[in-house]
Parts: sequence; structure tokens; C-alpha cells
Amino acid sequence: MAQNNRTLGVLFNPLSKDNPVIVQILGICSALAVTAKLEPAIVMGISVIAVVAFANVIISLIRNTIPTSIRIIVQLVVVAGLVVIVDQLLKAYAYDVSKQLSVFIGLIITNCILMGRLEAFAMSNKPWPAFLDGIGNGAGYAIILIIVAFFRELLGSGTLLGYQVIPDSFYEAGYVNNGLMILPPMALITVACIIWVHRSRNKDLQDE
Amino acid sequence: MKSLRKYLDRIKPNFESGGKLHAFRSVFDGFETFLFTPRSTSASGVHIHDSIDSKRTMIIVVLALLPCFFFGMYNTGYQHWLAAGETQFPFWELVLYGFLAVLPKLVVAYAVGLGIEFIVAQWRNEEIQEGFLVSGILIPLICPIETPVWMIAIATAFSVIFAKEVFGGTGFNIFNPALITRAFLFFAYPAQMSGDNVFVATGPVLGVGHQVADGFTGATPLGQVATCTGGDLSVTGITGNPISTWDAFIGLIPGSFGETSTLCILIGAAILLVSGIASWRVMLSVFAGGALMAWLANTCQTPVYPASMLSPIDQLMLGGFAFAAVFMATDPVTGARTNTGKYIYGFMIGVMAILIRTYNTGYPEGAMLAILLMNAFAPLIDYCVVQSNIRRRMRRAKVKA
Repeated sequence: MAQNNRTLGVLFNPLSKDNPVIVQILGICSALAVTAKLEPAIVMGISVIAVVAFANVIISLIRNTIPTSIRIIVQLVVVAGLVVIVDQLLKAYAYDVSKQLSVFIGLIITNCILMGRLEAFAMSNKPWPAFLDGIGNGAGYAIILIIVAFFRELLGSGTLLGYQVIPDSFYEAGYVNNGLMILPPMALITVACIIWVHRSRNKDLQDE
Repeated sequence: MKSLRKYLDRIKPNFESGGKLHAFRSVFDGFETFLFTPRSTSASGVHIHDSIDSKRTMIIVVLALLPCFFFGMYNTGYQHWLAAGETQFPFWELVLYGFLAVLPKLVVAYAVGLGIEFIVAQWRNEEIQEGFLVSGILIPLICPIETPVWMIAIATAFSVIFAKEVFGGTGFNIFNPALITRAFLFFAYPAQMSGDNVFVATGPVLGVGHQVADGFTGATPLGQVATCTGGDLSVTGITGNPISTWDAFIGLIPGSFGETSTLCILIGAAILLVSGIASWRVMLSVFAGGALMAWLANTCQTPVYPASMLSPIDQLMLGGFAFAAVFMATDPVTGARTNTGKYIYGFMIGVMAILIRTYNTGYPEGAMLAILLMNAFAPLIDYCVVQSNIRRRMRRAKVKA
């Protein structure tokens, strides 16, 4: 039972209490860059989930054979390989989104969440927990991206996933989309608001 | 006066600890100290008191802004009458029109801003801070007259929450809240904050005024300069007659509500300087920096950047430069605190404002961005000034020993 609880914790803690973006403040750069619209944010989230989960599994499988002195290089090679696969898959099956995400899929390699999970978890755990940890952290990242992108696309463009959700009557009455939401600064402020709400709900995360 | 004091004394117990309106004590306290000097004295430490507290400071700034405000009312009406093709300008009707046009914005800016401040003060169990008294009147003064009221509400809420309250309220903000409001509007709703039609009111308000047909160009002088090509720098008013330096000084030109008249701004500046509220060092150095940069731009003028062909005098008269120099740059909270720092801070604002205005054709006016930029640098400037002073004195101390 205790073992089971721990496995669940590995999967679900990163969603809230140990969230990589809003608690550990990792991966902020891509959270700013790809969240102007909901669709690329979802694709980016899924890509990161896939890359973290499989990189975690692979590193966990070979963790006992990696020499400590070159472990970062080995980790980078594994991640780079996976990122190239994801990039090619997106180019083949979701070309438009792939163009929107442009360089940011490639930049998953440098995403701190990946290196953090590989170093902190995969190097010292078995493949199954490592897989769950990767899924959990990827999902924690994806959730924040999707929340930020939801507000930015809704308020900035009046659409969700490309479909107009703010009725025409609003625009006729004088409503105007907020151009600032499209600009990167508002992504930071939105993330800050999420952190604000999250901290005020989780007292144990508050600094003294 | 006396009956007011008596009334306040009578209702005061309700707000004290245990009273039935205890939850609203900060509201009561705010109004009481707004009307009367607080009677509380310090129980220990320094006993020397200056009667100037932050409420008196704010009220004097508001008084200094009133000439601009009244002129803005007249000018709004005047531009509206011009756009409607009228030739008669009934003074009181013009002022009434301008008043009715600006009133909703003023009320909304104060209601939203003070509302948030009151709520935060209650929530944090603090006294109400009066910093918004000035911001609330500044906001309608620096926005185009046609800015929709709901946009002002959103922008004010944004700036009070994110530029002020999250930093700890009045006195702790890094950036000037009124300028953050305008910057938010400028970047979020660019179509409503620049262009030909936003600076002149076009519809009747409560039956006063006219319904203006399209077909006039109400661009501000700087807006026209930024888009003019071929080196022909002719700036015209709504009716097509050229705007002279004298017009820009008096202020009967299209522009944001309260910033057009350099004359009224100078009256405000005189009030601020005589009362000692604003720093003459900042004001002087902003104008010096602006004049220097405008002169530099003017000596190497090029048709590629049309604003570089304006004379230095015009540069200082047009747009929001003078208003920003007198009322925005001198904000004691967001500016530099050391005397040397004030010269540097003001000078850089002047230089940056003209630099942005001249060489970035995307922004016809640079004063807002210049001040926000230097707000961010003000603590650094102070730090360097203090450190260099410490070093100088250390050196002197060592030589003696």
C-alpha cells in the first residue's frame, strides 16, 4: 500500500504541489513562446510529455551503465534523439502546428524540466516509476501551458482552438480584443496570476 | 466645518473596535484624515512634524492639474465644434460639452482605482492609502477623449493591481500607475489609442454637441509628423489650417485630453515648484535632456525620420512631453531620490523621450515609454550615486589617516 501511494505521488504530485512550471519555475521560456494560441500549446504539451516520459524510461534502463563523468552528454543524446523523432512526426502529421511551433520543438532539448527529471529521478529509479514521473511532470507542464494559452487566446483573439467564441454582438457593442494578451509579457503575468492563486490555496508553499 | 467635525465625532464610535461598522474602519479613517489633520501624535522618537503629509501633497498636485483639466474641457469642445464645421464657438457650451465628455472617464477611473484600493486596504487591515487621488485624475488627462470607458476601467484595474498593490501599495510601486494604465491601453488597444479619429470627440453627449460626419482628419501634430513623407513637414489642424508653435503653446490642437496646452502645464509647474511638491531638478533636467536631443536630431535631420526636422522648441511643445516632464517624471515614488540621481534620471527621460519619438516611427510619442524605462532604472541610478559618494568619502578618510 505504501509502495502504491508512492507511485501515485510520483504521477500526481507534479500536477500541483510539485509543479515544474509554477513551483519549480522551470520551462518558463517555452511557456511564454508557444501560448499565444491554444492549439500549439496543446501540441507542445503532448510533445513534452512524450519526450520526458520516454527519455526517463531510456535513461532509467541504462542508468547503471552510464559513467558518471559523461552522464549529461548521454542524457542530451537521448533527449535530442527523441526530440528529432517528435519533430519529424509533427512535420509529417501536423505540419501547420509544426510551423507555428517552429524552433520551440527543437528547444525542448534545452528545457530545464527534462534535464531536471533525468538527473533527479531517472538516474536513481526503475523504469516504471521513471515513466510515471515523466508523464506526471510533462502533464504538469502541459496543464499550465493550456491554462495560459486558454486565457491568452480567449482574451487576445476571441477564439479557442481557432473557433470564435466571443459572439459577434459583443464586437458590435464595442468590445475589442486585447492586443496585449498576444504579446509575451502577458504570458508572464498570466503565469504569475496562476502562481498567486496556487500559492494562496497551498499554504505550505508560501515563503515565510 | 465645525458641524462636520461634530458629525464625524458622533459616528466615530461605530467604527472603533467593537462598533457595528467596525469592518469599514479604514474607509472612515480615510475620510476623516482626508478632511481633518489627524490628532494622533507620535508616542516616542522624533516629534518634529511637517504639516505636509501625503494627502496634502496629493491635493496640491491635483490643484496643479486643474488648469490642464479645465483647458482640456474647453479644447475638447473646441475641437468638436471645429470638426462639426461650426464657425461660432459659444464658450460655456464648449466647456459643458468637454465636461460631459470627460466626466464618465474621470468617474470610472476614480471608482475603479479607489474601489480596488479600498478593498485591498480592508482586506489587509490597513489604512487607506491616498496615492490614487492623483492617478485617478491623471488617467483621463493622458488618454484620448474617445477612449471607451470600459477600456479605462480594465486598464485602471490592471495598473492598480499589478503595478501598485502587488508591490505593496502607495509608495512601493516601481512604475507610475497612471502611465502603466496608458501603456496597457496603448499596447492592448492600439486602434483606440492612436490614429486620426480618437483625439476628437465625434458624437453628442446628453444632447450637447453635434453628430460629426466622417471626413475630417483629427490626427495629432506628432501623428502627422510621423507619417509625413518627402520632407514636407506641414502640420495642420482639423480644418486644414497650419498649426504654429504659438498654437501648440496655447494648446488648441488635437491631442490627449489634458496634455495639449503647454501654457496650462507651465501654470501647473509653477504651482508645484512654488509649493515645493515637485523637484525642480527633475523638471529642469527633463527639459534640458529633451532640448539637447531635439537639437542633436535637428542638426542631423533627415527625411527618413521626419520628426528630426522639427525645431527643438516644437519638440518640447508638441505631444505629451511637457505634461510628462512636469507631472509624471516628478513623481517622487518612482523617480530617483538622490539629488545627483534626479539630474541623471530627468536628463535621461528627456533624451529617451525625444529619441523614441524621433527615431522609432512606430511610436509618435515617446514620453510615456521613456519615463517607464527610467522608472526601472531609478533605483540603479540612486545606488550608483550613493556608492560613489561612499567611495569618495572613504578616500578622503584614508588620506587624513
